[in-house]
Amino acid sequence: MASLFGKILGGLALAAAAGGAVFWFITAPKPLPESAFAGLSIPDTVNGERLFWAGGCVSCHAPKGAAEKGDLTLSGGEPLKTPFGTFYPPNITADPDAGIGSWSLAQFGNAMLRGVDDEGEHLYPAFPYGSYSRMKPQDIADLFEFLKTLPKSNKASAEHALAFPYSIRRLLGGWQFLYLNAKPRVELASVDEKVARGQYLVEGPGHCGECHTPRDSMGGFLSGKWLAGAPNPEGGKGRIPNITPGGELASWSETDIASYLETGMTPDFDSVGGSMVEVQKNMAHLPASDREAIAAYLKAIPAVK
Amino acid sequence: MKLKTVFAATLALSVVAGAVGAAEAPQVVRKDMMEGMGKAMGGLVNIVKGKTEYNADVVKASLTTMVDTMKTFPDQFPAGSETGHKTEASPKIWQNMDDFKAKAAKLGTDASALLAALPADKAAVGAAVKTLGADCGACHETYRLKD
Repeated sequence: MASLFGKILGGLALAAAAGGAVFWFITAPKPLPESAFAGLSIPDTVNGERLFWAGGCVSCHAPKGAAEKGDLTLSGGEPLKTPFGTFYPPNITADPDAGIGSWSLAQFGNAMLRGVDDEGEHLYPAFPYGSYSRMKPQDIADLFEFLKTLPKSNKASAEHALAFPYSIRRLLGGWQFLYLNAKPRVELASVDEKVARGQYLVEGPGHCGECHTPRDSMGGFLSGKWLAGAPNPEGGKGRIPNITPGGELASWSETDIASYLETGMTPDFDSVGGSMVEVQKNMAHLPASDREAIAAYLKAIPAVK
Repeated sequence: MKLKTVFAATLALSVVAGAVGAAEAPQVVRKDMMEGMGKAMGGLVNIVKGKTEYNADVVKASLTTMVDTMKTFPDQFPAGSETGHKTEASPKIWQNMDDFKAKAAKLGTDASALLAALPADKAAVGAAVKTLGADCGACHETYRLKD
C-alpha cells in the first residue's frame, strides 16, 4: 500500500517535472539568430518611411496630436486601456538610454518578428508583433534605419500596469506558442501582384486584423472570422466594422476603399471616425498603389456575414 | 444649369427640413442634421471627383448648409438623450461638452471662411474638402461610436 502510494507520488512528481520542463520550453523566448538579419541590402529609408506609415508607429508611440503638428518624436504615447490592464507605449526614439538607440538590427528585428526585447524578454502583444511577424527582414532593416532619422527623446518609458497573472511576462511564451506565426491569415485562390502586396500590407505591417478580427478569451483570433468585425477594444459602446466583402464594405468598389483611405470620406460622404481616424491619416501618406493594393486584397478575401 | 439650381435649392431645403424636425427627439434631429451635412459634403466631393462640373451655386449651398447646421447642432444633445433611437453619440460628448462644442464651432468657422472666399475652381474645392473633412474626422474620432 505504502509502496503504491510512493509510486503514485513519484509518478506525479515526474509528471510535474516533465510538465514543468515542457512549460519552461514552451514559454521560453525564441529569438531569431543574428544571421536572420545578415546579408541584407543597404537600408533604404524611403522604403522605411513607407513602412513607418503603413505600420502607424506614430499613432501609439507619440503623444496625441504630435504627428498632426509634424512632430515625429516617438517618445511614447497615450496609455492603452485593455481588459488585461493599461499598457504604456514606450519611447522608441534613437536615444541610447531612454529609447532603442543602442539596439542592434537583430534586436529590433526580434522585437518586430518574435516579440522578444533587447534583454531577451517577451513583449506584450499590445505591440502587434503577431502581425509584424509576417514582415520581410529587408523591410525591418529599412524601417529601423528610418526610425533612426527621427528626433530623439530622453523621456523614460512608463511600466505597464497589468493585473495578475498578465503581469507575468513568461506566460506570454504560451500565447506566442498558440498564436505567433508568419503564415498567411487566409488562403486566396488567385493572387496577382497587387493582391499579394495588399495581403502583405494588411496582414503584416498594417496589422488591420488586430482591431477588425474578433478574438477568443485568450486574445487569439477566432478562426474563419478574419476581418469580420469585433467589439470596441476599449469596451463599452461601439464596434469595429466587418471589412470583408460580406460586411459593411459590400457595396464599396475598390476605388471607394482606396479613396476612403486617402481622404477619410466614405462613398456616401460620411467621414472616418473612431480610432480609424489616426489609421486613415497614416494611410494617406502611402503611395496610391499601396492603397489600391489594400483595396484589391479586401475585395479578394472570403466574405464573412 | 437648371438642374443644378434645383440641386442647390434641394440642399438649402434640407436645412429647413432639419429645423422643422425640431419637434422630434433630439437623437433623430441630430441624425438628420448629420445626413444633411453628408449631402452638403457630397456636393463638394462630386466636384472634386469630377462627377459633376464646378458650380459656384452648389459650392455656396453646401457651405451655407454647413455653417447653418453647426450653429444649432451642439444644442441637440440635452441631458437624457445619451441613448435611444440607435444614437451613435459617444458618452464622451457629455463628459467633454465644451470640447465637443469647440469642435463643432471649428467646422462652422472654417465653413464660414470658405463661404467668404468662395472656392473658385475644382482645385480650390478639393482643398476645402480637405479642411472640412479633417474637421468632421476630428469630432467623429472621439465623439461618434458606430454600432
